[in-house]
Amino acid sequence: MAYSFPEEVLEHVFSFLTSDKDRNAVSLVCKSWYEIERWCRRRIFVGNCYAVSPEIVIRRFPEVRAVEIKGKPHFADFNLVPEGWGAYVYPWIAAMSAACPLLEEIKLKRMVVTDESLELISKSFKNFKVLVLSSCEGFTTDGLASIAANCRNLRELDLRESEVEDLSGHWLSHFPDNYTSLVSLNISCLGSEVSFSALERLVARSPNLRTLRLNRAVPLEKLPNLLRRAPQLVELGTGAYSAEIRSDTYSNLAEAFSACKQLKGLSGFWDAIPSYLPAMLHVCSGITSLNLSYATIQSPDLVQLVTQCRNLQRLWVLDYIEDRGLEALAASCKDLQELRVFPSDPFGAEPNVSLTEQGLVSVSEGCPKLQSVLYFCRQMSNAALVAIARNRPNLIRFRLCILEPRVPDYLTLEPLDTGFGAIVENCKELRRLSLSGLLTDRVFKYIGTHAKKLEMLSIAFAGDSDLGLHHVLSGCESLRKLEIRDCPFGDKALLANAAKLETMRSLWMSSCSVSYGACKLLGQKLPRLNVEVIDERGPPDSRPESCPVERLYVYRTVSGRRVDMPGFVWTMDEDASLRFS
Amino acid sequence: MEFVNLKATELRLGLPGRDETEEQSSSCAKNNKRSSSEMESSSEHQESGAPPPKAQVVGWPPVRSYRKNVLQQQKKPESDGSGMFVKVSMDGAPYLRKIDLKCYKNYFDLLKALENMFKCTIGVYSEREGYNGSEYAPTYEDKDGDWMLVGDVPWDMFITSCKRLRIMKGSEAKGLGCL
Repeated sequence: MAYSFPEEVLEHVFSFLTSDKDRNAVSLVCKSWYEIERWCRRRIFVGNCYAVSPEIVIRRFPEVRAVEIKGKPHFADFNLVPEGWGAYVYPWIAAMSAACPLLEEIKLKRMVVTDESLELISKSFKNFKVLVLSSCEGFTTDGLASIAANCRNLRELDLRESEVEDLSGHWLSHFPDNYTSLVSLNISCLGSEVSFSALERLVARSPNLRTLRLNRAVPLEKLPNLLRRAPQLVELGTGAYSAEIRSDTYSNLAEAFSACKQLKGLSGFWDAIPSYLPAMLHVCSGITSLNLSYATIQSPDLVQLVTQCRNLQRLWVLDYIEDRGLEALAASCKDLQELRVFPSDPFGAEPNVSLTEQGLVSVSEGCPKLQSVLYFCRQMSNAALVAIARNRPNLIRFRLCILEPRVPDYLTLEPLDTGFGAIVENCKELRRLSLSGLLTDRVFKYIGTHAKKLEMLSIAFAGDSDLGLHHVLSGCESLRKLEIRDCPFGDKALLANAAKLETMRSLWMSSCSVSYGACKLLGQKLPRLNVEVIDERGPPDSRPESCPVERLYVYRTVSGRRVDMPGFVWTMDEDASLRFS
Repeated sequence: MEFVNLKATELRLGLPGRDETEEQSSSCAKNNKRSSSEMESSSEHQESGAPPPKAQVVGWPPVRSYRKNVLQQQKKPESDGSGMFVKVSMDGAPYLRKIDLKCYKNYFDLLKALENMFKCTIGVYSEREGYNGSEYAPTYEDKDGDWMLVGDVPWDMFITSCKRLRIMKGSEAKGLGCL
């Protein structure tokens, strides 16, 4: 063609495009751009492992170097997805092992990873650099030993919040003596002790180590040994933060901390005792991220620490901080962007701390950059929510969890519709919202009307009727993920908005009122969706069609029904009626 | 599209705390080992006299298992750290020992441990006579700096106020027991 650029030039131009959105747009321009782009795409993100098969991905993007794959739906975090549901990574590893020998990065979230998969990874990819397993399960320390032993170029090993069967702490010793390329290690989820001397030697021979997140079993007295060998650390997760109160332990610790001039992030702090907190004071001014969500220390000690961190951007903390602590935070940490307050006694009948809606209001007043909130509390009012919305129109993520379901505004006893309505109306860039408290269909009308940028919505124990669901599905233009539990939403709204589901990644509904008949209909109408009925009471056919299903998981896919379903999952499709005769 | 409120005709599974909870928890308990540990945690929280926790709904509040487990294993927050490792001296012994009061559940365990550690007999406490008749009597220094007889106050109060222990010779302790 007379006026097209040579391929190499186009490829070079495309190499500056890193976002998936941009690359997807480019690939739609014309056939030749599609071809050029697909040969040079290096990073793939698969938001739902069943939306596409590994074969399709590899066929289209043969030169992929980094994959990120997500498996189970988010509510699996709260035990709402029965064990054995799926999200096995092995088929992906097997396919890539054969076709992508140059693969460097694998990041997985909520997937089942076996030792077999880990061993295959360690032996298949000679230049393997990054392994991140976030909230995964199914593997043991033996699998980690394979990774350590065989991945000569490994830079990152991050096991964040995964469930690992701890067979032995010796896996760490499998890193060879000449292995020096470690940059990031996160073993905070491991239950038992790793060999400390192996850890110490590993740290000592890793000059590029930037992130080290230890597990609880690493004693505080030994922490200085590691810090002294890694003063260049940027992120540190301590082990248990308590020890017999001794001045030499304290001074060793304080000295070791003060040598770490680059520290920006701190986490860990299991079993923290206040006496050892001041040892960190030297590094506080540089800290931007602080995770104290395992530290059961009282408000005054928390305040003393937090108010020293003037450059704090992210704080995760238990509700021991209380309203007064949050007020102090609001006064000191003007750069705060993200706040998460977790409950110290989630199942207690009575409040054990003085943390109310006021704490959040204070932070919303005092921290102009606050954009991301996760807040567990026991009472809320519309007035507080309205104030928060007015103070912080720049909120992007707002997740409120009032511990008791269906609790009304504690001042007026009204539903919290108005308050959440104010949030969606004022916070025009809101992308993620979690609701709680007493809510009627009205709140969903507000959400459908105003939350135009909302991508993820979590609903529990809310609403009066199908109208609520209809408002959301018909109004929220940017909605990608919708998860609902224990709401009176049923067939009508779902079927009326069936086409909407093809524009979303997924819909989860559990303990709602969606009938088996409606699920079948949905599956038949929309062949590009997998409509999964997840029901532990046996085949849905053994009950009347009008009977509500326990759980419904609907997601778009280009790969059709999956082949690895356990006995309690049924996929509704055109053949559904034939399958159950 | 017009929607009528279908509440009257809708199929509901009821509010949590009633049938729905049992249905959910029994159907989940079979296949999901994590939900049974959640049920265990509710019984651990039950203390005599305190109001029992509400009937638990699976997965609510939305706190991840590893967080719940960590909170259960954590010790209660200490405000000033007193009442844990304390020095123990015994009259006539050449050097002191240190013990962690939190390792013991009650006075009986503590005294047995002290008897073991120092190879002495402390005997049995009585409110009226203290450790009268024993060779040794355990005393402690409290937050106010006063020396008190071990056993007078409830155990929980004792461990938060005890700063150090001294095992006195019985003859010297007689004065304390006869008030």
